Amino acid sequence: MLRATLKSLLARKVRLVLSGLAVLLGVMFVSGSFVLTDAIGRSFDNMFSSALAETDVLVTAKPAIEVSEMEGEPVPGLLTAADLRRVQEIAPSAIGEISVDGARVIGSDGKVVTTYGPPRMGGNWTGEVGGLRLHEGVAPQKADEIVVNAALAKKAGIKVGDQVGVLTTKPKQTFKLVGIFGYEGGLDSRGPVDEVRFTDAVAQELMLGAEGYTSITVNSDKSPAALRDELKAGLGDRYVVQTGEEAAAAMANSFKAVLDVMNKILLGFAGVALFVGTFLILNTFSIIVAQRTKELALARALGAGRGQMIGSVLVEAVVIGLVASVLGLAAGVGVGALLAAYFANFTSLQLAGIAVPAAAVISAFTVGIVITVIAALLPAVRASRVPPVAALQEVATPDRPLTKLTAAGAIVTAAGGGAIAYGLRQQSLWFLMGGVLAAFVGVALLSPFVARPAVAMLGRLFSWSVPGKLGRLNSGRNPRRTAITAAALMVGIALVTGVNTIMTSAERSMRGDVAATFKADLVISGQESPGVQPTFDPVLLPRMQQVSGVDSVVATYADQIAVNGKPAYAQVQTDLPTVARLVSATTVAGTIAQPGPGEVVVDDNRGHALGDTVTVRSAKGTEKTYRVIGIFADTNLFGGYQFGADAIEGMRGGQPTFAYVDLADSADPAAARTALEGLLADSPEMRVQNQKEYIDNQTGEVAQFLLMVQVLLGLAMLIAVLGVVNTLALSVLERTREIGLLRAIGLGRMATMRMITVEAVVITVFGALLGLAVGVGLGSAVVEGLADEGLKELVLPWQQMGLYLGVGAVVGVLAAILPAIRAARTNVLGAIAYE
Amino acid sequence: MTLTAPVITRTAAAARAADVWKVYGSGEAQVVALRDVSVELERGRFTAIMGPSGSGKSTLMHCLAGLDAVTRGDVFVGDTKVTGLSDAGLTKLRREKVGFIFQQFNLLPTLTAEENILLPLAIAGRKPDRAWFQTVIDTVGLGDRLGHRPSQLSGGQQQRVACARALVSRPEVIFADEPTGNLDSRAGNEILTFLRRSVIEYGQTIVMVTHDANAASYADRVVFLADGRIVSSLDDPTADTVLDMLKAAAG
Repeated sequence: MLRATLKSLLARKVRLVLSGLAVLLGVMFVSGSFVLTDAIGRSFDNMFSSALAETDVLVTAKPAIEVSEMEGEPVPGLLTAADLRRVQEIAPSAIGEISVDGARVIGSDGKVVTTYGPPRMGGNWTGEVGGLRLHEGVAPQKADEIVVNAALAKKAGIKVGDQVGVLTTKPKQTFKLVGIFGYEGGLDSRGPVDEVRFTDAVAQELMLGAEGYTSITVNSDKSPAALRDELKAGLGDRYVVQTGEEAAAAMANSFKAVLDVMNKILLGFAGVALFVGTFLILNTFSIIVAQRTKELALARALGAGRGQMIGSVLVEAVVIGLVASVLGLAAGVGVGALLAAYFANFTSLQLAGIAVPAAAVISAFTVGIVITVIAALLPAVRASRVPPVAALQEVATPDRPLTKLTAAGAIVTAAGGGAIAYGLRQQSLWFLMGGVLAAFVGVALLSPFVARPAVAMLGRLFSWSVPGKLGRLNSGRNPRRTAITAAALMVGIALVTGVNTIMTSAERSMRGDVAATFKADLVISGQESPGVQPTFDPVLLPRMQQVSGVDSVVATYADQIAVNGKPAYAQVQTDLPTVARLVSATTVAGTIAQPGPGEVVVDDNRGHALGDTVTVRSAKGTEKTYRVIGIFADTNLFGGYQFGADAIEGMRGGQPTFAYVDLADSADPAAARTALEGLLADSPEMRVQNQKEYIDNQTGEVAQFLLMVQVLLGLAMLIAVLGVVNTLALSVLERTREIGLLRAIGLGRMATMRMITVEAVVITVFGALLGLAVGVGLGSAVVEGLADEGLKELVLPWQQMGLYLGVGAVVGVLAAILPAIRAARTNVLGAIAYE
Repeated sequence: MTLTAPVITRTAAAARAADVWKVYGSGEAQVVALRDVSVELERGRFTAIMGPSGSGKSTLMHCLAGLDAVTRGDVFVGDTKVTGLSDAGLTKLRREKVGFIFQQFNLLPTLTAEENILLPLAIAGRKPDRAWFQTVIDTVGLGDRLGHRPSQLSGGQQQRVACARALVSRPEVIFADEPTGNLDSRAGNEILTFLRRSVIEYGQTIVMVTHDANAASYADRVVFLADGRIVSSLDDPTADTVLDMLKAAAG
């Protein structure tokens, strides 16, 4: 039996390749994700441990504000000069180090050098310790001298002796570049990180706004562990004392959490691809079983048992799954290595060697084989039900009624809908995802029922020509097959449509709010700049006020705080009542007056009552109590804690990050804007925007996010296309005689190809329509569920939906190419000659 | 036993083969299916091609119909030289000059009987001649079955649809490949009667391959093949004379 199975498998190479390809692509995605994150993770391990290789013990303060990993970076605690002296009493060689994200060098082209994410550290030059090596020039001695790492110097196009502008928490200052440094091992950078190093005092003033250090490096001839224990005992529990190795591991770990999230996202998309692949495999095996009815019946007639029949199909599945897993794993390692190399190149990270983590191997084989076998299970059972007598009859598999299938579909869809609703109400991602999955399966089960009328309607479009009509009839011929092929395409399109619907609705709701309530004519805000809030010099404020046409300018200062121990954002408006007017804030309790010292105004979503006292810990670590004097209604535009000027001193930097500009009715906006832009010449990251630009900018990320989702779901689409190719190829094979006959009675080659193409397009457009419908359903369910979160109106992304429908049609045409050529090449004689 | 040399009368031929060779494979595996066959199929006549299995009778028909390419020699359908035609030329030939009836009926399961019958015209983009269509379906007796799909028809009815499909475009020649092979004798006789009638009443040229002496007896002329050669022919055959001839050929 096994031998017969393997032989029949080999005899059908095309189907082996096509259904294997779907599994292969999914497995490739899964194992590629693991290989990629593993390689990057180990590269960062290496980077951190080399950075701390020359450090015996590292002393840091506990974070000023603890923030969970998903919410961003914790605010590091500061070590004072007194702290350094205490450490030096125990270990005289201790060095106080300053290293803080946010030192932006202005390159020789006048533009701020950016890293697209990784930090741009500003710190003090502590000599050639901790792996630092001066490549040229000298160490910074005076307040206006800096050194930068070699990679940064190259990127910025600056050389020793140049005057270099640097933005920090303070506005732009100009320094003389006196030296360029690198790292142990001849490296020009540590991964993607840029570094600027000042003298101690300048680093403290510009990066910390306080006299202190971010860490203390200790080296001695004692063993690191002994030194650590000694320091721990001597310093007390306000400090974190770690050996260099421990600190490197801790840094790498916090970074791994980010990688882990990335891996999960990639695996999520791989999951979608595999889910779609399941449809393809299920369909392929169903067709194969249908085509082999005679063969299977013969085996039954010759005495094969039901178990053997199931076994025969499943063995075929295992073989396909195994081969696809092996190839998919190999391809995944290749793709993972390629992406890791690309990533390393992009971020100048020293890439650790590519390895194949056990997780990649295990998941590749589990996923590949299990999915193939599960998908083949149903067709296998069907194969076992072929009666022996079928061997003797002309093939006439009666159309089984769709009642049961449709009922099951309705139940599963309803269950999925219920789970989605519950998930939205309980904010449970698992229920939501499970619901979406169930909804997909449910709709897939329902789709054969819909297929016949839908395909008949769609086909009308093509019925003007004979090949078109024949194609339409062919696609309506086997509603199950058409439906499942279309369902594979549905999944991808439904997901992008759903996400798009949510995003579009959110954007529209936001725009609606803004249009109705935002009254500032211009805003001054910082460009997206990772890790850093761009700022401008507050001395500019009076001069901005004097610009012709400007009615009022209100600057905003912002930084992280902890309120009663919970992380939050503090804002200080130079004129809160004016801002409240510009954003149409409504008073809920008390007054929205400019808060005096020890007073705070807060939105109504924070759980505070008028007169409450809250304890606020600033980013610099100081604690102070404030009394709530006013409460206003939270909106998309305006919310959070609004303090008075006394809170600015607790903020790192203490510079405004944003400003509202209100123009007089008679003002010339363009002139006012140019004047303001002129004033901001020394803050190249700040820009002046009108309302529309500001909102476009705020919603710009949505478009990028959507693009990424579309690209990643492209793989699912690709697998769906394979499914269409497969279905068509097998249908063409199945209908060889028929096509031969059509050719014999005068159907030309082009017409034959047109017939197959119409069949494909009808299937894919049906899938696309199904996907659009399901996507809109899912999207509106989520929008409905998030109505309380500010999603006020449901907006359908018609333009995008039209695009997806177009993609569906194009996909159909592409998928038809090979099967159509094959059909056109049908040897007329071979097809119709009997025996 | 009358051995008649093929007489070439150009204008009267609906299809003809001139010095046709058909060789499959090469070297040791070489099989010669047709050896220097020349045959002329007169217009308005019903010709049967007979012969034992492997005699080349199906190959001859396939070559005459342009379904298979000849190795050497020429094939004509009407005035058209089939040998060397491109695919487009062959397609045109099939649309305009040739009709087929198969042993396996070969109807499209998705189309109704009427749609199947009209399919060749639809493919060619020609308007059906309603009067002729009516005549054809009256001849094959399908009036009340036109809306049915093939799966709702008996074998005999399906083959009648196939006959109508071949007749409706009034081709130069209809090639019928064992048209009664899959039918019981009653249905088979019905089909043969239609074919006969369409020859007599409408002047349709029909070439039929068969191994059934009874079927051959409906033809005007029977051509016998053996080992890839035409060995004899018989005019106005009856089942008995055909059987005698077969015996003689075998002996």
